[in-house]
Amino acid sequence: MPSLIFLTLFTYYPGLLSLYLSFFALNTANPEKKFVGLANYQRLWHDEIFWQVMRNNLVFALVTIPVSLALALSIAMFVNRKFRLNSLYRVVFFHPTFIPLIAAAALWLFIFVPQYGLLDQYLTRFFKINAIDWLGDPRYALPSVMMLTIWKNAGYFMIFFLAGLQNISTELFEAAAIEGANSWQRFRYIIWPLLSPTTLFVLITAFIGSFQWVDQVWMLTEGGPDNHTNVLLYYIYQNSFRYYDSGYSAVLTVVLLAILLALSLVSFRVLEERVYYEQ
Amino acid sequence: MNNERARWDERSRRIKRKWLDWLEALPVFLLMTGLALLWAVPFLWILSTSLKDPKEVSAHIATWFTLHPTVANFLEAWNSAPFVRYYYNTLVVVLGIMLIQFVTTTLAAYAFARLNFRGKPFFFTLFLLQMMLPAPVLIFPNYNTIKMLGLVDTKLAIILPYVASAFGTFFLRQAFRSIPQDLEDAALIDGCNLWQRLWYIYVPLARPFYVTFGLVAVIFHWNEFLWPLIVTNTPNSRVLTVGLASFTQYSEGAPQLAVIAAGTLIVIAPLLLTFVLFQRTFIESFVRSGVKG
Repeated sequence: MPSLIFLTLFTYYPGLLSLYLSFFALNTANPEKKFVGLANYQRLWHDEIFWQVMRNNLVFALVTIPVSLALALSIAMFVNRKFRLNSLYRVVFFHPTFIPLIAAAALWLFIFVPQYGLLDQYLTRFFKINAIDWLGDPRYALPSVMMLTIWKNAGYFMIFFLAGLQNISTELFEAAAIEGANSWQRFRYIIWPLLSPTTLFVLITAFIGSFQWVDQVWMLTEGGPDNHTNVLLYYIYQNSFRYYDSGYSAVLTVVLLAILLALSLVSFRVLEERVYYEQ
Repeated sequence: MNNERARWDERSRRIKRKWLDWLEALPVFLLMTGLALLWAVPFLWILSTSLKDPKEVSAHIATWFTLHPTVANFLEAWNSAPFVRYYYNTLVVVLGIMLIQFVTTTLAAYAFARLNFRGKPFFFTLFLLQMMLPAPVLIFPNYNTIKMLGLVDTKLAIILPYVASAFGTFFLRQAFRSIPQDLEDAALIDGCNLWQRLWYIYVPLARPFYVTFGLVAVIFHWNEFLWPLIVTNTPNSRVLTVGLASFTQYSEGAPQLAVIAAGTLIVIAPLLLTFVLFQRTFIESFVRSGVKG
């Protein structure tokens, strides 16, 4: 079972290693590993940036996921109809999936860049608003990053809904048409309940995914201004590869793993059902 | 006469109905068209920027079309970063991962689908767990492992965490389970060993699943950024995404914007073009992975 060996080497072992290292001080000030017990955890508790980062992660997930999902579902229902230009719409909504997140961030740079960016140019021209520093202003930085994330993900989630919609038998819709159901009733009583497993699945995937979407932060804001767009994984990156603070990175990794494990416990049953239902 | 009249009525009713349907769908149609335009803006805008003279970019007017399109930006971008090298590295990494995962997922999927061994449910749960703990989350400990192995700044370092794929294993397992056991039994009687059975029965019959999983995985690894960024530090092993990042970092200011735009397009164009050309296959494959995954 070569798979298992590598899974062990790159999933379970690293998890345990982080747990182990989290009890040590190991950074530029302490080049030798020194056992410090729970000191790193205490530091975490009093670290204001950590709490800000957690809050950002939460806001990020709570805004981008519902908005992307709602958009994804509406788009899926739209492109699921048969009409001549339907593949054009699919391509337009799905193409961000084929653009690396880091390149997508580069794309959006041209929209956000102060003065020369598309957004500022149009705002100045039509509304006579002064140029806004979208990525540098604490008020707008996180919403800007979220906007890009929604653009990137809605098309990807659309695919899952499209798959779900195509699994719904057309007889149901024919029956509904005979009964004279309007489009809202069709949605409320057929599409929504039958798609709910899909919705749940996408929701979980998105929630786990939301902890990984940091490329755009690296590219656009580097967590700034003043940590307003910093998220947990990026904070781990900063601590381990900018400040070389291994002990603290280990603690942060443990926290992230704990969150994901808790999430997976909650969602395990859902996924299990999906995996087992064919047995 | 009467007959003809009825046919006319029927026809006009149908046309009326069609128009009504159309009218009902119109607001949705307009809304979605607006949304689609919004979705296309970032790409169209960068395309327009990359074709402009750098002087035009710094002008304070957003113009979508330029009267003097130029490829100078593309030439400059192409010459200022080793894109060929980046492409080569990306291809090696992505194809390497594909090849290795082809072997590992096939074996693991076969084991979970057909073999009975001790602790199977336990190992199955371990695999499930891995789906919850995606590799990018473990950048810090995984980097330590790579450093310990002395593999920093190699392409192998980018590949290693992805040798096994839990998602691929599940996905293929589903496919393998739907293949009749009788086929394998027959091959067994004919004296086929395990490898022959896998190669001549399971792999060909599960082909659509391989294609789907392959496409999804190619996109994922092609787009990966944070992990390759961390384990590479010279252009020798950098992949496209990392190359693009370092390319955009060193230049600031409006005149450089046009060059950055061109560089970004150089990076994203091939995959995007492939998608547009084979959009039907791609979308069907992704839809299939959505159903089963």
